[in-house]
Amino acid sequence: MSETVIKCESVYKIFGENAKKMLDESNGKVDAKTFQEKGCIVGVNNASFEVAKGEMLVVMGLSGSGKSTLLRCISRLTDATGGKIFIEGQDLLELNNKELIELRRNKMGMVFQSFALLPHKTVVENIAFPLQIKGTNTQDSINTAMEMVKLVGLDGRENYFPRELSGGQQQRVGIARSLAVEPDIWFLDEPFSALDPLIRKEMQDEFLRLQEKLQKTIMFITHDFDEALKLADRIAIMKDGIIEQLDTPANIVLNPATEYVRKFTEEVPREKVLVIEDVMDTSNNDNLGDLRVSKDDIIENVAEKILTQENIVGVVDSNNNIVGSIKPSKIIDTVFGGRKNGS
Amino acid sequence: MEYLKKYPKLFQWLFLLIVFFALCFAIEVPETYKFIRGQAEFVKDPNQSVYFFLGKEVRYYAFDVFWRLPPLLGWLPIWINDSLFFLMNEWMPMEFWNEDTQEFKTRPLLLQVSRNLTAFMTFLIELIREILLGGLETIVAFTSWDFIDAYPWLELPGLPWTIVAAGAAILSYKLSGKGLAVFAGLTMIYISIFGQWKPSMQTLSFILVAAPLSFIFGLGLGIAAYKSKRVEKALYPILLVMQTMPQYAVLVPALVLFGVGDHAAVIITMVVAVPPMILLTILGLRAIPPEVIEAGRMSGCTNWQLMLKVLIPTARRDILIGVNQVIMVCFSMAVISAFIGAKGLGFNLLLALNQLNIGLALEAGLCISLIAILLDKMSLAWANKQTDYFGNLTFFQRNKNVIFFIASFVIGIILAYVGTFIFKGSFNYLFEIPHNKGISTADFWNKGVDWIFDTFFVYIKAFNTWLIQDVLQPMRALYLRMPAVATLVLAVGAGYLIGGIRSALVVAALTLFIALSPWWDRALVTLYMATFGVVISCLIGFTVGTLCFQNKKSAAFMLGVCDIFQTFPSFVYLIPVMMLFGITDTSVLIAVIVYATIPATRYTIEGLRSVPVGLHEAATMSGVNKLQRLTKIEFPLAFPHMMLGINQTIVFALFMVIIGAFIGTEDLGQYILKALSDKNGAGIGLTLGICVAFIGLIFDNLIRTWVEKRKKHLGIA
Repeated sequence: MSETVIKCESVYKIFGENAKKMLDESNGKVDAKTFQEKGCIVGVNNASFEVAKGEMLVVMGLSGSGKSTLLRCISRLTDATGGKIFIEGQDLLELNNKELIELRRNKMGMVFQSFALLPHKTVVENIAFPLQIKGTNTQDSINTAMEMVKLVGLDGRENYFPRELSGGQQQRVGIARSLAVEPDIWFLDEPFSALDPLIRKEMQDEFLRLQEKLQKTIMFITHDFDEALKLADRIAIMKDGIIEQLDTPANIVLNPATEYVRKFTEEVPREKVLVIEDVMDTSNNDNLGDLRVSKDDIIENVAEKILTQENIVGVVDSNNNIVGSIKPSKIIDTVFGGRKNGS
Repeated sequence: MEYLKKYPKLFQWLFLLIVFFALCFAIEVPETYKFIRGQAEFVKDPNQSVYFFLGKEVRYYAFDVFWRLPPLLGWLPIWINDSLFFLMNEWMPMEFWNEDTQEFKTRPLLLQVSRNLTAFMTFLIELIREILLGGLETIVAFTSWDFIDAYPWLELPGLPWTIVAAGAAILSYKLSGKGLAVFAGLTMIYISIFGQWKPSMQTLSFILVAAPLSFIFGLGLGIAAYKSKRVEKALYPILLVMQTMPQYAVLVPALVLFGVGDHAAVIITMVVAVPPMILLTILGLRAIPPEVIEAGRMSGCTNWQLMLKVLIPTARRDILIGVNQVIMVCFSMAVISAFIGAKGLGFNLLLALNQLNIGLALEAGLCISLIAILLDKMSLAWANKQTDYFGNLTFFQRNKNVIFFIASFVIGIILAYVGTFIFKGSFNYLFEIPHNKGISTADFWNKGVDWIFDTFFVYIKAFNTWLIQDVLQPMRALYLRMPAVATLVLAVGAGYLIGGIRSALVVAALTLFIALSPWWDRALVTLYMATFGVVISCLIGFTVGTLCFQNKKSAAFMLGVCDIFQTFPSFVYLIPVMMLFGITDTSVLIAVIVYATIPATRYTIEGLRSVPVGLHEAATMSGVNKLQRLTKIEFPLAFPHMMLGINQTIVFALFMVIIGAFIGTEDLGQYILKALSDKNGAGIGLTLGICVAFIGLIFDNLIRTWVEKRKKHLGIA
């Protein structure tokens, strides 16, 4: 793997008056119930993970699971109660106010669920805002902002006020604003949750297109499991402040670590999530039929082809070397098998 | 019994009323009791009782404690007064360098501070005044009289009125557009032609100092309270009392601390105008969505940038309402502070009212109102202004406003110069139209008043007599007939039924303060006038508001009318009623009703508007007719907001009742007015003010508690 950009080591966030003291006394064993009895609420409980450069980590959980709190600890909008957070090797919690502002001005961008646009500024002024805060002169910041306006496809609306835009357009402004300073790290806090399903899908596709181009390091928060599957390189599933499982979408679907995670995966159409590589058999490369499929193919796209075969299908990598095989019955197993109660 | 279970509250209220009336009938009026008209409480009389507290002698007429409580707080005004004098004249004497005499002088600290503050305010006012009207003091302050003698050309005249008018129009154009520019120009021309230029500019200079200072202090303190819970907790009780304190009452202590004149008026105006600004600033900042603040932080804002570029602009709407309030209060105070020697339109207005010259009063009042509306609209436009980055403008286009102003400046000066030749030997009308030398419509109005009086005298008189004899006198007698204990029981009981033990205690404390002050009878009279005003105002306001609400256009129109009426300084309302009803209680009450109807109407419309559209549609689909919709859906849901309107109506009514003392009523206001000319008046004025404020706060507490509960019950909190 390439270099680590974000690194968390047993991060805790506990709300309440004696939070710090109680955490120190608990010796790392934080139980939400006992804490609650003493008037403290556990937001994030012992979160440890790393995010590599250019990777997209999606944190998924229902409301109250602590996912937004975790994001705010990493952006230091709130101070973590315990643990260590490193941004490109820098200890985030050790930074003084000035260094923190420097970091945010140059390295971080954030998109919010409710868009959080400044109501008194036009589209272009909103986007130029982080630049102007940094001290860029007006003309340059407006020029950069105009480029961003084009990037998110809002040309012609640069002089509109947020109140004159639809939800999807407002979020485009939010995205453009967070990208204006060309940050390396991109935080997105449920950016599409407030949008209509159709607009949401459109924005997700647009977002993937942007990410292809920009290759940022991303932490993306969502409560929508399908959205997580669609976007993520890796998914972290949170419940009651604890990260239940952190893995690739395929592994989460195939090997849910806990009962809680399994419930989410039950309804997931596997053929849409898994690629051939996830289900292929690497031990048996003999007796292959004529058909070859790529290991990166999504099952849904090649299922029909494989199912019409009677022989075992060979799986190849990008250089056309055979790396494994797959039986047609395995496809049926994968699609219909894992569900215990049927549906 | 079934009813008892179904409506337990109703029976509790009934029980309370029965106890109240039982007490009223059980406690006889003492034979010696009579309403004391003069200031007899302070006249020595062998029938009076006396007690000493903290070395102060308090005299009063003793009654049965059930009938009237003894004034156990009678020492408070005297004590406040003495403490104030001690602080000003004896506390912490220190050596200060005196520039004029070139020596050290011993002076009490507070006196020195107050004198310096005064000097600073005077300087600011004079600076603006001399730009507008000409004068030397500012230049002298920086140099010396000798300097002026050496360079006589420094004796610049003030700006000709043409330039100020053009400047106002151009500024309005830049801020808002043609409409406001025309309004600004016409206002200035009106002021000038009617010979009100000098007092208007005096008032304007006073406001241009008081309003920005109040804004800055209010905003600053509001931000401090937003940032620190402790500051907020310390400020909150003061803000509450100041919200309901009549503006009159703060005049007297200011007189002691800062003396007489425009500077004292500025300080007093700030005392009154800052609290609403603070409250609205806090309100606005609290309402900012947390994500907007986070977005600001993530953009890398320093604390300052966050405050100036994110928080304040986002809270702009509420802060603007604050500015609006500040301007309103400033104009209101511009009139009231004429009592402590502020110059300008207010002084002329008071003088004219005193001479019963209604025409003159009307002209001055109109000028104040016009300037108030103009400044109000300009401040709104200024806050809503946007910058445009994409205009490829030429130098002329970019600076056209400045160029136009310079041009009009030159033209104005040339005109004024030409004027010296045209109007040789008389007044230069192109420079400044002197007071009383403009067109005056005063005679016209006075004749009109006379005509109305001659023609309708019989009817007006009959109405007046009927109102006073058959309505007001009995009502007043009833209020005075209430034994103090019965009133206390009623107030505390209502507090308990509405808000539980907490409300009961608050109400009890507030009522006791008034009951134990020497002015319980006066407070009852104040209460009776306020009640009468509030009841009528609410009836009119609810009706008008409901009728206007039926149509979107008329509702918007009515809100606009309310806006404009609210901008008028409160004193202005006295002019037309005095025209019609002369110097009677009726005049005051009608002024109260007109003034207090504004919030009643406004809140009714706003309340009805806030009923969700979905409910309207649901109601329509259930097949209700208009009346049913109004009574079954809209009124119940809008009622909590309308109750807040009643709350405002009470505060407005109390203000007007107190101001009505100027016409001559027998309530607390009369004593406040008297305290102004009393050398020991500071304590009395302040205590009286607190009494009035407490009357307001009792209702405020009850209504707010009720509204909060009701809103929670309806799920619209």
